[in-house]
Amino acid sequence: MKLSFAVNGRKQSLDLDPRVTLLDALRDHVGLSGSKKGCDHGQCGACTVLVNGRRINACLSLAVMHEGDEVTTVEGLARDGPSALQAAFVEHDGMQCGYCTPGQICSATAMLEEVAAGWPSHVSADLTSKVELTQDELRERMSGNLCRCSCYPGINAAIGQVATEVPAEEETAD
Amino acid sequence: MKPFDYVRPGERSSAHEAARDGGRYVAGGTNLIDLMKLEVMTPDTLVDISRLDLDGIETVDGGLRIGATLTNSDLAADPRVRRDYPVLARALLAGASGQLRNKATTGGNLLQRTRCPYFYDTDTNCNKRTPGSGCAAIGGETRNHAVLGASEHCIALHPSDMAVALRALDATVEVEGPDGAPREIALPDLYRLPGATPHIETSLAPGDLITAVRLPAPSGDRQVYRKVRDRASYAFALLSVGAVLRMENGRIAQAALAFGGLAPQPWRDREVEALLTAETPSDALFEKAGEVLLAKADPPPGAAFKLPLTKRVLKAVLTEATQ
Repeated sequence: MKLSFAVNGRKQSLDLDPRVTLLDALRDHVGLSGSKKGCDHGQCGACTVLVNGRRINACLSLAVMHEGDEVTTVEGLARDGPSALQAAFVEHDGMQCGYCTPGQICSATAMLEEVAAGWPSHVSADLTSKVELTQDELRERMSGNLCRCSCYPGINAAIGQVATEVPAEEETAD
Repeated sequence: MKPFDYVRPGERSSAHEAARDGGRYVAGGTNLIDLMKLEVMTPDTLVDISRLDLDGIETVDGGLRIGATLTNSDLAADPRVRRDYPVLARALLAGASGQLRNKATTGGNLLQRTRCPYFYDTDTNCNKRTPGSGCAAIGGETRNHAVLGASEHCIALHPSDMAVALRALDATVEVEGPDGAPREIALPDLYRLPGATPHIETSLAPGDLITAVRLPAPSGDRQVYRKVRDRASYAFALLSVGAVLRMENGRIAQAALAFGGLAPQPWRDREVEALLTAETPSDALFEKAGEVLLAKADPPPGAAFKLPLTKRVLKAVLTEATQ
């Protein structure tokens, strides 16, 4: 079945069996092996990618359902060098074996956007006020990404650092 | 995964047609695609309804009309839901993960299948998966199985958090039949208890399409959703309680209570609600409510812990909601 979509800003036209998941399409047909297959059942988050800016489990989505979508993988986050989150994961040693890292970074990238949009979480005391990304909030919002090496202290420190940084646009605007 | 045909109709009439001929609707796919990988479900045709413009949310008659393919994320983030239906926002946010909520939809959440491990394991017997084959859960590992509403053929739970809140909020479901005729069914009438036919979970006929969920104006301003699970996040409920209450002059004027993790469908017991209505809150009253709720409970051995757990959590929820 024919499929056209954009991956990291580049148009891709594929001819796929409908059974191919978005994850397998990215890894085996587009040739981007950054997104990882951990559990393949939506339980670990290693396959997390962004579709039209939102994080999803690529293993639980059929590629043919993404006609016209814009997909971003970990390979597409870097612009003129690593993204702020990518650099922070290195700085804070947010990994040991590294297998969950692409999913963690994609997930965190979209999670920070969700916080900026004011989405509450399970641990938010007030559903209607502005979200402050405390460690409790961060852990709850990242609970869909498991790290079997248990590098959560480094992962949380990396995300926490980027969350408190002033966005580049605001700096230049001053 | 077994081979299947994939179709993405541009309009609802073609979707009905494809589904009536044995196709199965897919929108978010977070449960269905997993079940297809495991070959627990093996549809010949997938009918993709994710682009049929069923993802709106609007204010109607003082309540809300929630599109069937609106994602759980968007529903939980909607300012009206956060302000007027906090029990629903809380239930949604207590379910799954950020990634899954971005794909899971209103209709799909209602129709998701049980997470009974025997249903997922094709090497075991399961009356829900293969009618008449038996139930391996009965006599097996029953830590998260039903204590109310089960049958000798099936003790599986309904796993949804969202549906528990919707049950407490008196939601109805808009369904469009294969001929395009719309009808509205109350949420409890959507679900069927397992009885001797646990493979028939809903009252929907082939080709029926859930188009929206309707919420009336909230009946109470005191709303609580409490979920108990084996880990702090990203786990199904061992027990959950959704409460919508209204107080008048220190008495409970109205109470709607729905329970997850107890039964094959989101559970509600009018006898419990009647017992609470017009009464002054007290520990003794709340304990009595728990006893009435569980009077007919028949837990499998592994789930016996749910009885004292339910009584304690119900008491805590009612205490919070009436303070």
